[in-house]
Amino acid sequence: METGKIRKRIALNRFRDHLFWIIGLLSTLIGFVLLFTLIIDLFIDGFPRLTLQFFLSYPSRFPEKAGILSAWVGTILVMIVTAATAVPLGIAAGIYLEEYGKKNWLTHLIEINMNNLAGVPSIIYGLLALAFFVYFLKFGESILTGGLTLGLLILPMVVIATRESIRAIPNSIREASYALGATKWQTIKDHILPYSFGGILTGVIIGLSRAIGETAPIITVGALTFIAFLPTSPISSEFPFLSFKWLMDPFTVMPIQMFNWISRPQTAFHINAAAAGIVLLLLTLLMNGFAIYMRYRFRKRIKW
Amino acid sequence: MKRKLSTKIKERAIENLLLLSALSSIFITVSIVFILFYEALGFFKDVSLWEFLTGKQWTPLFAQPKFGILPLVCGTLLVTGIAVLVALPIGLIVAIYLSEYAPFKVKEVVKPILELLAAVPTVVYGYFALLFLTPILQKFIPNLSGFNALSPGIIMGIMIIPYVSSVSEDAMKAVPMHIREGSYAMGATKFQTAFKVVIPSAFSGIAAAFIIGISRAIGETMVVAIAAGMMPNLTLNPIEPIQTLTAYIVGVSLGDVPHGTLEYKTIFAAGITLFLMTLFLNILGFWFRKRIREVY
Repeated sequence: METGKIRKRIALNRFRDHLFWIIGLLSTLIGFVLLFTLIIDLFIDGFPRLTLQFFLSYPSRFPEKAGILSAWVGTILVMIVTAATAVPLGIAAGIYLEEYGKKNWLTHLIEINMNNLAGVPSIIYGLLALAFFVYFLKFGESILTGGLTLGLLILPMVVIATRESIRAIPNSIREASYALGATKWQTIKDHILPYSFGGILTGVIIGLSRAIGETAPIITVGALTFIAFLPTSPISSEFPFLSFKWLMDPFTVMPIQMFNWISRPQTAFHINAAAAGIVLLLLTLLMNGFAIYMRYRFRKRIKW
Repeated sequence: MKRKLSTKIKERAIENLLLLSALSSIFITVSIVFILFYEALGFFKDVSLWEFLTGKQWTPLFAQPKFGILPLVCGTLLVTGIAVLVALPIGLIVAIYLSEYAPFKVKEVVKPILELLAAVPTVVYGYFALLFLTPILQKFIPNLSGFNALSPGIIMGIMIIPYVSSVSEDAMKAVPMHIREGSYAMGATKFQTAFKVVIPSAFSGIAAAFIIGISRAIGETMVVAIAAGMMPNLTLNPIEPIQTLTAYIVGVSLGDVPHGTLEYKTIFAAGITLFLMTLFLNILGFWFRKRIREVY
């Protein structure tokens, strides 16, 4: 080949290389642009509605009087149940798989199954909950049902986060602990768990933020969209001062309230939906941002 | 030295308790499969499997009900197809950019923000598809219906970019450096190396990423329930309103469906169809993923 042709080809290759570099950058930016547009759009539509009254009012037929009081209270209560289910169960399962599980068919089966569960669409969990919690165990359309459903949904996320952060702990730590005469459980309790705390917490926060935004399984379970009252207070004036009656109360959550407002034809309700969307979006972004920051910090600080 | 008996018992008890927690995941899977099959079996007592699989109309709540699942499957595949057309090329390009081109500092900033994209509640994406994207698209496509498959499809596509890009990038990262260096030494540009060396080497992982993305799109609910309409429509025309399997389940659950009726059972029939579709893809994806580790 003559030199001129080779030169041309090199130039062409360089050009393609640069062109792809630009295309890559632009493609990466699409996500940012969407996220940015989404936030701006919600704020333009809904920001004027974000008054104190909006947080302290029940839903209403009149869009300007309606608020998200029962929704945010419901979300908090459901999340308590979700965390109480998924966190202990998920951490325990994660510890078993990393520290105890031998390389046999049972551990292998649990692992494959966990990966598969993480890929099951959330609405299928809703169907499971509808048949099992609502009708078979007769929990009804209650906070307990909603919390348990979301707990099952985020269980694989907690397990995976627990396993990853336990795996990052070098074996020398375990051996040092055994050498001092500690039992397996003592080693786990005093060394493995404290050292993997950051990673586990990150996974739990990301899981809970997903549960907060999850709508489909809660609709399937039959959460009501119009709730103009609060569940029973968990603190009572009589002995024993703690009441668990709220677990069986009907409820609504933030994303359901937002969905309800979106599906109405009047624009005034769409403004309410946007305002609820801002609250929901900020909440999940803050939780995720915090989790990402924590992961970054823990990764920097710990050098084995 | 022997440990005290009580310590031994305690250790054993804790191990069994932890095992029980790990087994709970198997219990969940078994319950899902059992419940879907049990309720769907009840459904197929009244409706023949043949009618279900081949019927072209899905009108279970009408006076003269028709139980053909095809419109819902078709709607699901249509929206998924649009999402895939958006997510797969962009996700792959982002993965190549991050793994082959981007400097470390850019990666450090970009990856968490991409993760945030997957963290936004889907109901918010639904709002965005219905009240932001559809009106804009209507300016370009005059006869676009207010509810349509196109707008939620596009939004869903952007939503699943992070799933596609992060798994593909992991696969590309697993390609050993010396293979790239061999290519550079021959005078290849980064672009040539990426497409002729890295992508073929990371093929299994990229395939797994694509499959995971498709499976996500099939199971996604709220975006389509909000923005695609609630019309079981046997069409591949993206500007018409449609209904997906997931949106149907939501639509029925919003009403008051008495326990044990045929309508109640239809959502489980739709659910098992959805479950089998995603299960097949998940197993396929798992198989591809396992192959990544075996290559080198």
